[in-house]
Amino acid sequence: MQSLTAGAAAIELRDIDKSFGAVHAVRGVSLAVARGSITGLVGENGAGKSTLMSILYGLYRADAGQILIEGQAVDMASPRDAIAHGIGMVHQHFMLVDTFTVLENLVLGAEGGPLLARGMAAARAELMRLGREYGLSVDPDARVADLSVGEQQRVEILKVLFRGARMLILDEPSAVLTPQETDRLFEILRALRERGVTVVLITHKLREVMAVADRVVVMRQGEVVAERRTVDTNTDELAELMVGRKVRLDLDKGPPLQGESMLTARGLSLVDRRGVRLLDSIDLDLRAGEIVGIAGVSGNGQTELLQVLAGIRAPTAGRLEVCGRAVDPDHPIDPAEMRELGLAHVPEDRLRQGLVAAFEASETSILGYQDQPPYCRNHLLDAPAVGRHCAELMRRFDVRPQAPGLRSSHFSGGNQQKLILAREMSRLPKVLLVGQPTRGVDIGAIEFIHRELVKSRDAGCAILIVSVELEEILSLADRVLVMSGGRIVGEVSADQADERTLGRMMADA
Amino acid sequence: MSLVAPKSARRPLPGWVEIVILPLVNVALAFLVVGVIVHIIGVDSFQALKLLLVGALGSSEAIGYTLYYATNFIFTGLAVAIAFHAGLFNIGGEGQAYIGGLGCGLAVLAFDRYLPGPLLILLAVLAAAAFGAAWAAVPAWMQAWRGSHIVITTIMFNFVASALMVYLLSNVLRPQGSMSPQSRGFSEAASLPSMQAVLKSVGIAVAPSALNLAFALALLSAVAVWVFLWRTSWGYALRTMGHNAEAATYAGTNLRRMTMLAMCLSGALAAGVAVNELLGVHHRIVLDFPAGYGFAGIAVALMGRSHPFGIVLAALLFGALQQGGTELSFEIPAMTREMVVVIQGLVILFCGALAHLPRPWLQALVGRRS
Repeated sequence: MQSLTAGAAAIELRDIDKSFGAVHAVRGVSLAVARGSITGLVGENGAGKSTLMSILYGLYRADAGQILIEGQAVDMASPRDAIAHGIGMVHQHFMLVDTFTVLENLVLGAEGGPLLARGMAAARAELMRLGREYGLSVDPDARVADLSVGEQQRVEILKVLFRGARMLILDEPSAVLTPQETDRLFEILRALRERGVTVVLITHKLREVMAVADRVVVMRQGEVVAERRTVDTNTDELAELMVGRKVRLDLDKGPPLQGESMLTARGLSLVDRRGVRLLDSIDLDLRAGEIVGIAGVSGNGQTELLQVLAGIRAPTAGRLEVCGRAVDPDHPIDPAEMRELGLAHVPEDRLRQGLVAAFEASETSILGYQDQPPYCRNHLLDAPAVGRHCAELMRRFDVRPQAPGLRSSHFSGGNQQKLILAREMSRLPKVLLVGQPTRGVDIGAIEFIHRELVKSRDAGCAILIVSVELEEILSLADRVLVMSGGRIVGEVSADQADERTLGRMMADA
Repeated sequence: MSLVAPKSARRPLPGWVEIVILPLVNVALAFLVVGVIVHIIGVDSFQALKLLLVGALGSSEAIGYTLYYATNFIFTGLAVAIAFHAGLFNIGGEGQAYIGGLGCGLAVLAFDRYLPGPLLILLAVLAAAAFGAAWAAVPAWMQAWRGSHIVITTIMFNFVASALMVYLLSNVLRPQGSMSPQSRGFSEAASLPSMQAVLKSVGIAVAPSALNLAFALALLSAVAVWVFLWRTSWGYALRTMGHNAEAATYAGTNLRRMTMLAMCLSGALAAGVAVNELLGVHHRIVLDFPAGYGFAGIAVALMGRSHPFGIVLAALLFGALQQGGTELSFEIPAMTREMVVVIQGLVILFCGALAHLPRPWLQALVGRRS
């Protein structure tokens, strides 16, 4: 498997094996990555790709197997060793100090002595050099908090290169980026490859792998099931390899019914205590039997819009009508009353809002409905009824493992999301708000969730979807609204929308 | 991405190990260190341990006193735990018990000439709970609406309660001609029956002790707290707030009202100390009757893992230490009151702050067996 043409492979893994208790996460994986190449590592949640890369980066120790860096067997006991061998990792969640400048973040942990001035000067020179060489330009004196997400990611990459990395592991790098920023990232990765840097890209977005990688490694259930050159494969084949069966992500949904209006917003605004305008005169109509998608770079008011529509925050101006109930600053509403009106809400951040990590799954399965029969009568909870309800949800939405007594935090992200969706959809709501329906969810579950949403729509539910995945919005929504700076800057019907137009609308305005 | 637990994550232990074995190992470790210290001050460790055990459990009188002390610990332990489940750290049990005593005493002083015993006692218990709840409601209100932190305000309210009670007892409630800062005695009707009298009526003879029916009330409260927390929608909402306030907001819980509810229940439970002490033992409002039980409740709740059953067990241990320690200081002059406090402190240290110390060993043991 060694590529002899370019000498020894930059990274070679031999028979890596790793178990966590009863879970056999990585099963005898062998893998070689050629120097100066971009390799995509794809697989479903729990396929073992993160574990494998964590072993390479010294975060975990393999139970068996060998790691070779440029032909030399090495012992990766900690990330320190990995860094010493020229391996750098860019995590999905940035590890930057928001209040520090770019330069300060760069020297953090590599200050070069007790007095900062010399180290900083050297770092500044190095930063300039890296910027020139790789086209990674970032203002060294800008505060990280003021940078866009794409720029923050560039700082992360610079941090890794600054420490002398010649091999770069990126974990889901495009999860937080706009399409334009993603393109920019890929340009950077190509420039890095030109200079001989080896890149490993962990992702579940097959289109992106096809766009940027030279080679794709597919993992399933802890094993490498296929390796392909990107020129020899396509997304359909890769999806099938990942899931182990044919996957159909294209939804063949009929035209929307578009019945009566269930939710109307007029001039809806939200100004926070510091006077920042988070929502600016939002006009919105949501009809029974249609799916409306809200596209936008995250942080442009989508979160606040969902909060106001769900009754979590009261609008500071404007008017909202939900299933006949009028809401305005003088007549606020709370989420419990919204639920009684028939509005269900799948929150954007499932861990922080949608569930209680320490609760059993069965307890999470009634969150927000804990006062409702049949789970509760006269404020007394009926524990067996709650358990049955949860088991029923798990069966219908294929939540794995089907264990109502298991702690909510012990489920994978996709299964948590399915449980929350099941909870909200099982009450047959009239209006369903969904924030990031499939964030961090693997491809098999995405297929399932999308189909369930369309089924709900066809049953007459009015659905509003907020997502940073344009692809998802395009495949689900009947109408697309674009948000920017707290305003709705445009509306496109589904048949006229494409990623380019939407991306431009998101970025401009 | 796959969610793999980080290396340092605590693997869960089986439930029975968590609730029974881990605390027992903690207590054993504490006694090991106690033994060494006792040895250093020149006392025979085994002799001291024997005296401690006999003093706490050796006779029906000893057991009676152990349970009497445990009653107070159950009440304050439950008080801390219920607030803790709501994500609130109530350090004001001391003051809430004290002011609860004021309510309890005022009810008796006002009505003990008119009402029959059972009604009077019921009224007194309710008044204690109401006053305790009211004393907790003020810091709760200040946190919920004004954002002042409950840890700070409940501590300060202990001092306010103490000063207020000294003033009231020496200036307002003290009967004319009396020299001691305490109220007049309650009438006989306001006395909670002693356990000795209750058991005698069913034909069981035990030695007299301070143990009274408040112990039964404490056990009932423990059951009630369990039902409330795990079998009612209010308890569900309260625990949701404690674990994840954002999820509680999402679920439609009013966090301010829930903060008030949790703290009022906490204060009412702390006031159980007043029922035990004033209606059961002193039969008048006396100075400083909470005697640190409010603070000890934190340790009891910690050791009992904030679970009512665990709290009853922990309270029994603390009661036994209190009673056995008192006996020990009678018998061995070198074991002063302060040494007894040291013993209690070490138990709290090992069961609270170092509670997870033996966890890796137990994990290894359990892991090997399964």
